Amino acid sequence: MGTAYTPGLKVSPRTIVRKTRRLPLKGEVLVSQGEKVQPSTIVARTEIPGIMQTVRAGEQLGLEPQELRAALKVSVGDKVERGQVLAETRSFFGLFRSVVNSPVDGVVEMLSEHSGHIGIRLPATPIEVAAYIEGTVAEVIPEEGVVVETEAAMIQGIFGVGGERTGVIHMLVSSPDENLTEDMIKEEHAGKVVVGGSNVSGAALRKASAVGCAGIVAGAIIDRDLIDFLGYDIGVAITGQEDINITLIVTEGFGSIRMADRTFKLLSSLEGKMASINGATQIRAGVIRPEVIVPSTEEAAEKPVDLEQVLEIGSHIRAIREPYFGMLGTVTELPPEPVLIPSGSTVRVLKAKLSDGREVIIPRANVEIIAE
Amino acid sequence: MDEVKSILATDCGSTTTKAILIEKQGDEYRLSVRGEAPTTVEAPFDDVTVGVVNAVREVEELSGRTILDGENHIMRPSRDGRVGVDIYLSTSSAGGGLQMTVAGVVKAMSAESAERAALGAGAIIIDVIAVDDGRKDYEKVRRIRELRPDMILMSGGTDGGTIKHLVEIAEMLYAADPKPRLGGGMRLPVIFAGNKDARDAVRDTLKDKVDLRIVDNLRPTLERENLGPAREAIHELFLQHVMQQAPGYGKLSSWTDAGIMSTPNAVGKIIQTIAEQFEINVLAVDIGGATTDVFSVFGGTFNRTVSANLGMSYSICNVLTESGVANIQRWVPFTVDEADLRNRLRNKMIRPTTIPHTLEDLRIEQAVAREALRLAFEHHKSLARTLMGVQQQRSVGDILDQQATGQTLVKMMELDMIVGSGGVLSHAPRNAESAYMMLDAYQPEGITMLAKDSIFMMPQLGVLSTVIPDAAAQVFERDCLIKFGHCIAPVGTAKSGDHVLTITMDGKEMRFTFGKLEVIPLGVGEKKEVTISPARGFDVGAGRGRQVTTTIEGGTVGVIVDTRGRPLNLPADHNQRIAKLCEWHQALGLQVKEE
Repeated sequence: MGTAYTPGLKVSPRTIVRKTRRLPLKGEVLVSQGEKVQPSTIVARTEIPGIMQTVRAGEQLGLEPQELRAALKVSVGDKVERGQVLAETRSFFGLFRSVVNSPVDGVVEMLSEHSGHIGIRLPATPIEVAAYIEGTVAEVIPEEGVVVETEAAMIQGIFGVGGERTGVIHMLVSSPDENLTEDMIKEEHAGKVVVGGSNVSGAALRKASAVGCAGIVAGAIIDRDLIDFLGYDIGVAITGQEDINITLIVTEGFGSIRMADRTFKLLSSLEGKMASINGATQIRAGVIRPEVIVPSTEEAAEKPVDLEQVLEIGSHIRAIREPYFGMLGTVTELPPEPVLIPSGSTVRVLKAKLSDGREVIIPRANVEIIAE
Repeated sequence: MDEVKSILATDCGSTTTKAILIEKQGDEYRLSVRGEAPTTVEAPFDDVTVGVVNAVREVEELSGRTILDGENHIMRPSRDGRVGVDIYLSTSSAGGGLQMTVAGVVKAMSAESAERAALGAGAIIIDVIAVDDGRKDYEKVRRIRELRPDMILMSGGTDGGTIKHLVEIAEMLYAADPKPRLGGGMRLPVIFAGNKDARDAVRDTLKDKVDLRIVDNLRPTLERENLGPAREAIHELFLQHVMQQAPGYGKLSSWTDAGIMSTPNAVGKIIQTIAEQFEINVLAVDIGGATTDVFSVFGGTFNRTVSANLGMSYSICNVLTESGVANIQRWVPFTVDEADLRNRLRNKMIRPTTIPHTLEDLRIEQAVAREALRLAFEHHKSLARTLMGVQQQRSVGDILDQQATGQTLVKMMELDMIVGSGGVLSHAPRNAESAYMMLDAYQPEGITMLAKDSIFMMPQLGVLSTVIPDAAAQVFERDCLIKFGHCIAPVGTAKSGDHVLTITMDGKEMRFTFGKLEVIPLGVGEKKEVTISPARGFDVGAGRGRQVTTTIEGGTVGVIVDTRGRPLNLPADHNQRIAKLCEWHQALGLQVKEE
């Protein structure tokens, strides 16, 4: 296939970002089309019905299911409080009284003659969806949510953990091959999105979490450091729901890999600006990559246009698999015919001049385009 | 049906849509050409038929036959052999396949039967809920609510038995008020296949909450499983609900002559057809990027399992988590550092379309594949078993030969053929590599044919087998299957160098010693009558030390004699293990590293 290479991740100083903000169940949309929103603006709200708690009333009173009705003190639809009597029996001329109390506050929803159970629905839980990015409501999806649109700088990472957060971008290193270490993180970085170069150490990640940084963006992380921080192994690449107080985004991969120049320069230019970040990653049909979004503050003369990335002679690429993993280069030749590679497979390849001067053959599947 | 001379079949996978054209040549059906195009279920196309039309266009170009009319409709029936086709069929696994939750009363009985029914119908099971599964009621309710499956299969109780627990499950579903994954406003389909006496109570409880279907009990008595009606209902609901919600499927469905079958369901059908037609026991595996499906037919009983998180790209790190680093390292024929291995696999996970460039990288990937195949097979064996809880009637003579219930049906010595498919097996640069991975992962016993699906056309042949079984079997045997050759693996163990067996072929005796892999060069289609005489303590199918006379068949690799012992034990010492792995690679003509 002609497109058998990994399309590069989006790294753009100005692009149109559209974010669909949808409720998990139908509910109420609180904003209207054209309205300006901030990341924290609640755009839609709903209530998730509470869980129903089953009370085994028949069994507790020693009644057959069909006998329960006579003992009931409540009806379907009644509001009940914790401790309230739901059913009662009296025996031996009314001397002995057995009761079943409600274990929770809620509403009686079910009285079953098949099982002798009483179902009490707990109060609903309100669910709200925030705008997440600063922008304008471009579209209202009735009863479900909105699409928020903004012009922004956008950087996609390759992998992340942690959910949506906002914070001011702060560079902690001066070069894309500098590591982000524990000593660089100070109390004053609380609430910020701090940026490192090639690698963030496990100790730096823990310190950032301890001082309350909103997020970390770095080139790479050692697999073991991430697992130690999370306390468990990541088996399948679906992330974003971790119970952690910080969002981590790596732009290049696992190990220690210099951040792409373009990404580093763009992040540097955004120093001091408010960013919306999300570590959620899903690598499967419907790929989701982690992101840093910084809405543009000034109006642009023209609408931004995203150029499609095409693999051609002169394209800047990065190798994304051994033996050249992480190395940068320029495409010098694109042979149309499949070529035999050392593994023994015959695949489509390209020739590239690497930054160390070597000219090598790499399968097209093992490079990504980097716009410089 | 009039004589069918041309068949077009497509399989819409999550990434690629594959089309094949089968034509009758003389008396037999043969594969003519195949075409493929990217699947178009997602934006910007949002219409699966775009990919189908593109794949069919490639078939048109390669075959010279005009299949699509001016409006991109598939023309039927065929005219003068150059225009249109007689039948069009399709399968699909796009859109995440069919995701189900099953619920039963007893985890090891009705819930397990329900699990088998759902898996056999091609579903991915996202959870099994049972009254006795150890979770508290509110935990189960919360779980059911969170899952958002495509449908729920509910079972439990034998006909005429107590209905109390079934009502409890129904109440649990009522309490959870579950919503389907696709189609926001739709009610969730729930199939009830439990005690028939509980139907009214279940209906009363659930009628306002879900879209309830009632079918025959899948476990009418403890001794009998009746999975057919539940499987049919799942298939029907899959077509009605799941497929209709996926973009373009309504249109595609109207094009086909037999509805759209889910891909794993179709693969199951072809495996069953093959087992029946050739009267063999078969094991088949499809190892993908995210999941590994295992199918087996033993003594006519079909089973399928899917290990949803064992795969070679998206789920590769889960293989690492489940097997442990040491279990992967043990198959690598050179020293590989743990941290390096972990980072490599993580990088493969986040960039799933990359391919091994160096031979070292390929050997590492193939080591992971052995573990993924092994783990998925363990899972399969644990579910493909005889019914639990059955009271066996025995005579006095049987007492000494008692077998527990719930034993696995997968008996390696009785297995006739293993068919591998999926990227890492189908696209391994050398056939011997695929055969070797299957040998290590499955450890076949006795005499077993090893093969692969050449271009993964089992799904299309599966749906074809429901219409014209003979055509499906012919194409499977002649065009789909690439036989590597028989493997002869005696069961037993000994010291390195001890005599294990003698094979007599063409009047010549070949002696084999313990701890080796050797190849008898027999090519594709070459068959030989042989006598296999195992040493005392070794079994090749007739019992320890007992001779077997049979016909062996070669293939693209040859007949592999595996005297490494069963169970296969690798040397514990690191250097000795690597020396052995290198020796075995060389025996199969495989390099370990680049020169």
